[in-house]
Amino acid sequence: MTLKEQYIAFETILIKEILRFARIWVQTIVPPVITMSLYFVIFGNLIGSQIGDMDGFRYIDYIVPGLIMMAVINNSYANVVSSFYGCKFHHHIEEMLVSPLPNYLIILGFVTGGIARGLSVGLAVTLVSMLFTDLQVTNLAVVITIVVLTSAVFALAGLINGVYAKSFDDISIVPTFVLTPLTYLGGVFYTISMLPDFWQGVSRLNPILYMVNAFRYGFLGVSDIGLGPSYAIIGIFIVGLYGYAMYLLNTGYGIRR
Amino acid sequence: MAYALTVENLRKVYANGFEALKGVSLSVEEGDFYALLGSNGAGKSTTIGIISSLVTKTAGSVKVFGHDIDQDFAAAKRLIGLVPQEFNFNVFEPVEEILVNQAGYFGIPRRTGFERAEQYLKQLGLWDKRRCQARELSGGMKRRLMIARALVHRPRLLILDEPTAGVDIEIRRSMWTYLHELNAAGTTIILTTHYLEEAENLCRNIAIIDKGCVVEQASMKHLLTKLDCEIFVLDLREPLKSLPPTLPDCLQQIDETTLEAVISRDDSINFLFKALSEHGIEVLSMRNKTNRLEQLFINMTRRNAAA
Repeated sequence: MTLKEQYIAFETILIKEILRFARIWVQTIVPPVITMSLYFVIFGNLIGSQIGDMDGFRYIDYIVPGLIMMAVINNSYANVVSSFYGCKFHHHIEEMLVSPLPNYLIILGFVTGGIARGLSVGLAVTLVSMLFTDLQVTNLAVVITIVVLTSAVFALAGLINGVYAKSFDDISIVPTFVLTPLTYLGGVFYTISMLPDFWQGVSRLNPILYMVNAFRYGFLGVSDIGLGPSYAIIGIFIVGLYGYAMYLLNTGYGIRR
Repeated sequence: MAYALTVENLRKVYANGFEALKGVSLSVEEGDFYALLGSNGAGKSTTIGIISSLVTKTAGSVKVFGHDIDQDFAAAKRLIGLVPQEFNFNVFEPVEEILVNQAGYFGIPRRTGFERAEQYLKQLGLWDKRRCQARELSGGMKRRLMIARALVHRPRLLILDEPTAGVDIEIRRSMWTYLHELNAAGTTIILTTHYLEEAENLCRNIAIIDKGCVVEQASMKHLLTKLDCEIFVLDLREPLKSLPPTLPDCLQQIDETTLEAVISRDDSINFLFKALSEHGIEVLSMRNKTNRLEQLFINMTRRNAAA
């Protein structure tokens, strides 16, 4: 395929993916916004006022970046895993497989679709958060790069889950038993400096900690982790997950008989 | 001679050890209308799956208009349009969008995709349904949608895996006419079907696959000459109590108004009518008991089973 044809093919997958979640916005955009609004009300306003400051900020101001990132992570992952598994389940992945689309474009199309949903939900949650707090931005470039790259990491992970999934149960196991615990323990609600040394060390094994903290740095200018290690971890995950996704598609695992 | 498809020693062993193809070799000439016949599980869909990249092969080679699917897969895929056996589109997508997206996967711009979608949806009688979700279509419409989708990138080789399964006779015949026109316009067509009448009417060449092997590959005309005999059903005007013993042995009475005649390929049928007339038995109508190709197919697959 020529470069122009490849661009058209990529654009086609992206439009298809965006239309897919936009058509069912009541299922894809609204629920995470409502959930996060409840977090803002309960943890931010009601309980947060009792907690006091965290790292020199009001508790609600401190948790907002983490909650936005949580919504982005969950939705980037959920979009790709459900869309890709749906394509397999209903066999319309075959529409792509019989075409000259190279595998890297299939990955790029689905992942960009996942990023689009992650950012849409993230933006909606950000707008709602402004009802509860005066959101400040210290470094817009960090905010944008971290949110896009993190979204890409989880979109790739969702794609790999979708390739392996053999039933609808398989697409909810990772979000429930891996993603949610890692997100909750990834410094969304607290600074790890509150933890004993041992648990601080354990927390540093959690990649989400790096993403949440770098994102928070972009807003508040404070972080438990340096920006360099955060970008490095995200970069390593993107390269590793992309390589593995390519390997799976090249071998035809789960998609070709 | 130019070939649209060349398949050599194709083998497929599934992960569970089942050997679906045991060295299938086929050649389909450019411009041909080719039938691939076989009973359920014979290996037709696996062969088609490998040609169209949905199934990975264990061994062998496939060339589409000279392009090897391993070495030049993009060029080979551009030339193939596939209408699979099972519905494989997103049932929640509007009909027109399914076609435009498929065009997009082949690198065709959206504007051109919309133009082609209009052309093929109109030709296949689906234009009025273009804004409907695919799940709202009837079974026959869904089949026609898959044909339109397979044509949107204008392939030179169209592969149809049981395209008329479950379609009523009127729509089936209109699909036959459409496929005839496509073939006449230069598209090579490979068809698998369980309606052997369909294969006999449409196809010029034929391969019969049984248990993962090609048991016959020849022109339809040549193949039908291999039939040893044909069975005809004769409907009588007046009820007949019993068959006069002086009538030819090839006749058998089924009921009071029906006879069956087994006629050898080399025999004339005139003697039969002469004998019936002499006994005052009037024949109202006559038809083949089974489709000729069906009879041949049964003979060949039985022979293969016995071997």
